[in-house]
Amino acid sequence: MPLPYSELVMEHFRHPRNVGEIENPDAKSVEGSPACGDMVAVYLKVDPESQRIKDIKFQSYGCASNIATGSIITELAKGKTLQEAKGISWQQASEALGGLPPIKTHCSVLAVDGLRAAIENYEERQGLVKERHPTTVEIVRKRLKRVMNPLTGLDVLRTKLVQDFEITDGTVRVVVDLPADHQFANNIREEIIEKIEPRWDVDRVIVDFVE
Amino acid sequence: MFDNVIYLDNAAATRLDERVLEVMKPYFFDLYAVATSQFGYSLGVDARDALDEARGRVANALGAGPEEMIFTSGSTESSNLALKGVALALAEKKGNHIITSPMEDFPVLNSARALERQGARVTYVRVDETGRVDLDHLRESISPDTILISIQAANQEIGTVQDVRAIGEIAREKGVLFHTDATHSFLRVPLDVRQVPVDLVTVSAHTMHGPKGIGGLYVRQGTPIRKWMDGGFQESDLRPGVENIPAAVGFARAVELVTQEETNRLQGLRDRLIEQLLQVPHTRLNGHPVYRLPHNANVSFRFVEGESLLLHLDMRGFAVSTGSACFSRSLEASHVMLGIGGDHERAHGSVRFTFGRYNKREGVDAVVDAISEVVAELRRISPLGKD
Repeated sequence: MPLPYSELVMEHFRHPRNVGEIENPDAKSVEGSPACGDMVAVYLKVDPESQRIKDIKFQSYGCASNIATGSIITELAKGKTLQEAKGISWQQASEALGGLPPIKTHCSVLAVDGLRAAIENYEERQGLVKERHPTTVEIVRKRLKRVMNPLTGLDVLRTKLVQDFEITDGTVRVVVDLPADHQFANNIREEIIEKIEPRWDVDRVIVDFVE
Repeated sequence: MFDNVIYLDNAAATRLDERVLEVMKPYFFDLYAVATSQFGYSLGVDARDALDEARGRVANALGAGPEEMIFTSGSTESSNLALKGVALALAEKKGNHIITSPMEDFPVLNSARALERQGARVTYVRVDETGRVDLDHLRESISPDTILISIQAANQEIGTVQDVRAIGEIAREKGVLFHTDATHSFLRVPLDVRQVPVDLVTVSAHTMHGPKGIGGLYVRQGTPIRKWMDGGFQESDLRPGVENIPAAVGFARAVELVTQEETNRLQGLRDRLIEQLLQVPHTRLNGHPVYRLPHNANVSFRFVEGESLLLHLDMRGFAVSTGSACFSRSLEASHVMLGIGGDHERAHGSVRFTFGRYNKREGVDAVVDAISEVVAELRRISPLGKD
């Protein structure tokens, strides 16, 4: 088939594993929203003794990459401790699928974020979370590492697409090295806002493009 | 290898009709010369005659004279010529205000944006939720420096047909030029330039079983317009370059082969498809129920994403299109779906079906069966729509 997806991606897309909802889950998360595009829900059952993921299920409202990545992360996470599962990266998920086209890596990030958010939800429920930290340069950098450059399939920091950013009084201003009318300008702007704005102390995210 | 594919993306490209290919062949192998003047060699004179005859036939389909049809490489180039050519001719004499709609296809939309970057002022006229232009807003938007109104005859995605005559009359009354992109409606929705006050019309062969790479721009006699691409003096000095004579001859033949009977048949297929698809739960028709292209259906399926839907349909042998961001080259949801006030979700699950000569009734029923299955399967794995 002349499609740009690996056979593994197509296999997981056609027959996604661990699909559905867990009744009375120990934790759950929903990442993304119907308003901005893809959405992933992740449900966990955790063994309190070993802190291992006993059962995991997911649901996807998304494209083939999103469904396939949702499926593979459930396989990767099952049986792992929460700490181990937290460390699963989108690169690992993508590799386990035999690679994804660069333009589609952001879909796999969403699914991996779904898993991490579910684990964080578990920690919150168990009272394992510490107090809220203010947004720092390091935190913004971490979040920007989850925004993909669709031209390369690597994050916007590593590909030097984001030149600079500053945090002042609840406003985060990010400068992107692309012209404002670039093919992916709007997509990158939305993704940056989507990743940074949910921070509790961020009121506004401004994305500027340079010519 | 694609013999069994049920192709429902005829707005993107159509299968060439063999009868078109037949008339094109001599212009590749025998009459391959460029179109020369009457003082040139006979091979070139014959080529010129063929080109002029083709020009006359395509022009005639719009009720226009042969000298009013400019051949181009397709509708992208035609619309670029219309907008940029008029801007070049009138920027200094009259002004630089252009009115268009947010629903236009990329050639018009991005030509307008390019002119905007060079200092033009562009107004995007309001459209209602079916995609029809607000004529009052259009009228109010016209100012003394308005040089052009460019509003499509029909929409490429949701198939909404505009009231081209009413728009033309407003333009005429205010003394403003009117361009319409008729790429998707040419020959399927009547348009006669003797009755409709329109100055420029974009048409293309690729939507009507003609060859790719040939289109036309109707330019009413006396319209102020200048070429924006530099070269020789071909096509009334508006479009330089070696004429694509085989394609022009093919375009003319393709035009002749479209009949009202065929259009009626396609409309029957469209109606059958829409009726059946709307029986699937949580669906809605995008575009206008009445003022729509006879060969276009566009339906949104809630709680599922278009690219997934497309891939599953592809595996079952169907080719359709979607307005989902995941499918687009810019990762943005369809500007048409957002332009009619639809949310991202509606764009996300929108599927376009466009019919052509080779579609049959069985294909419609088969795609309905396939899509019902696929939608049910994707909804099963979706976190939405469970209650």
